[in-house]
Amino acid sequence: MSDGPDEQRIAAVAADPRYARLVARRAKIGWLLSAIIFFAFVGYLLLIAFDKALLGMPVGPGVTSIGIPVGLGLILLAIALTGVYVAYANRHHDARMAALLIDHGFQDRVA
Amino acid sequence: MKAWLAALATASIMLLPLPAFAAALEGEAQRQPVNWVAILMFVAFVGLTLWITKAAAARTRTASDFYTAGGGISGFQNGLAMAGDYMSAASFLGISAQIFNDGYDGLIYSTGFLVGWPILLFLMAERLRNLGRFTFADVASYRFAQPPVRSFAAVSTLLVVSFYLIAQMVGAGQLIKLLFGLPYAVAVVIVGALMMLYVLFGGMRATTWVQIIKAVLLLGGASFMALMVLAQMGFSLEALFARAVEVKRQAALSGGATMAEAAERGRSIMAPGNFIKDPVSAISFGLALMLGTAGLPHILMRFFTVPDAKEARKSVLWATGWIGYFYILTFIIGFGAIVLVGTEPSYLDGEGALRGGGNMAAIHLAHAIGGNAFLGFISAVAFATILAVVAGLTLSAASAVSHDLYATVFKHGRAGSADELRVSRLTTLALGALAVLLGLVFEKQNVAFMVSLAFALAASGNFPVLILSLLWSGCTTRGAAWGGTIGLLTAFVLTLLSPAVWTATFDLGPAPFPYSSAAIFSVPAGFLSIWLISLLDRSPRAAVDKAGYPAQRVRAETGIGAFAASDH
Repeated sequence: MSDGPDEQRIAAVAADPRYARLVARRAKIGWLLSAIIFFAFVGYLLLIAFDKALLGMPVGPGVTSIGIPVGLGLILLAIALTGVYVAYANRHHDARMAALLIDHGFQDRVA
Repeated sequence: MKAWLAALATASIMLLPLPAFAAALEGEAQRQPVNWVAILMFVAFVGLTLWITKAAAARTRTASDFYTAGGGISGFQNGLAMAGDYMSAASFLGISAQIFNDGYDGLIYSTGFLVGWPILLFLMAERLRNLGRFTFADVASYRFAQPPVRSFAAVSTLLVVSFYLIAQMVGAGQLIKLLFGLPYAVAVVIVGALMMLYVLFGGMRATTWVQIIKAVLLLGGASFMALMVLAQMGFSLEALFARAVEVKRQAALSGGATMAEAAERGRSIMAPGNFIKDPVSAISFGLALMLGTAGLPHILMRFFTVPDAKEARKSVLWATGWIGYFYILTFIIGFGAIVLVGTEPSYLDGEGALRGGGNMAAIHLAHAIGGNAFLGFISAVAFATILAVVAGLTLSAASAVSHDLYATVFKHGRAGSADELRVSRLTTLALGALAVLLGLVFEKQNVAFMVSLAFALAASGNFPVLILSLLWSGCTTRGAAWGGTIGLLTAFVLTLLSPAVWTATFDLGPAPFPYSSAAIFSVPAGFLSIWLISLLDRSPRAAVDKAGYPAQRVRAETGIGAFAASDH
């Protein structure tokens, strides 16, 4: 797409070991968090498919069932994991990536 | 029983139709007396949004303005707009109605709709923003030969949007007839005409602001309802649930059940019911919801309205937060309706069903809480919600035609911005007219399967193409275009053969494909086809595609060369 004189410097960025570390770290966190939410949800579905009664059992002396904190917990987990990722990426990842890009002469790409 | 079924059918139009919900859209929604408060509130909303559209029109000069609001939307604003795209009138009325009837099952829907968002963030959000400009096809075709991959993406977008749009238009007509007492055809034409005005003149800027205003109104209204319900229960969820269980028990008793049966029926609302029958359907349904979210063109398009990857991430955090909060509110509202609406004879017909149809649970609750004025407010918000959702859908389809098909495939990237803009607007007009027409044609048809089809198509075509083109260096033009098409076709054919369509819609007897969702087969079919076709691809173009991966990867990871906030 926007090919140009940047190509040399882009290759230099790609060859920088700091770049490899940063990208690998973010990918690892991204896949780990994806796996957590994926298996949490699939586990929830399997529980519904195979053991409806368990989710219907009361938590305490009242009528509130185990399914309520589990279901609401899944909603909160989705929000919390999203927050964890954004906090990591916006605080740590971006700053290091920006420093690396400046070193390679991409000041214009850094806000 | 009949009113209950009709209501459920209406509720399920914009939700995922599952076996229990696959009941035909038989018996249209009952027309209500004209509600003047609702109409006045709605007119106020329309006036405000048209004024915004006028302001946006003055600033919509280039293709970038039209498609992405010049890229100047903040993460917070975009998060609200994304949440607005997702919080349809049906997720408000439909999920609360489902909870009103069956209790716990409504929560399963809600979680399914939410879990796609984190995955969209972790695997795709930044890369989408860094590589894309106007449509998700920009990203999917980044290093590939443009015509085949763009054509696939455009066709896929048009299919997904069309099915989604038909379901919304038919749902809109029924709902507005229900809430405002307007005739079906009038309602569909009003929705079509207003949606065209927003998109045509205000482009993405107006569409985004309409969506933001609606999201704020909906969240505000739902918060107030949930708060009032909780206040009556001394802010105790346990008290709310206990009252709801007791209401259901009493209802079963007066229906002639024995004490034991009635107690069982009461407690059943605290546990999963018939919502999910077999494990295969359960997982398949979950996959379609989860991965389909990350392949919906009108959602993906919103990533290009923010200035950079950082704001793109914030968008998803806000969107996930608002949507999750909204589903928790809906849960409280549904249980509140059991207690406050289900026990009040003036909201029920002779047989104990809701007046106006089961979709009305939240609407009657609004009346129970805040009288006619609040009822009017909530009705107007529901109308505004439909309007905002169809505007977003139309804009994304118009972009696929003008940016992907016209400018890139037919003009080989040599179309001017003004030229492209003209084609977008013509497409918007055509799509608006088509949406109204289809809305009228499908009035009495069962369209319940169409949203689930849209999600299955997005999960089986768009999602695998995006993921593999972004993350796998070996992916080639042929693999993406043909593999994606195979994923789409598999989802399409299996959905046609599934009980919701084969049996419930066309009445052709037992369905050849027994599960409620195609995704468990069609998503792997998409991934495997792309992988296999790419692997076997020995064409010269395949070498170019693979050689382009390292440069694409660096740009995707760093944002080097990303399209800036505004290109004029």
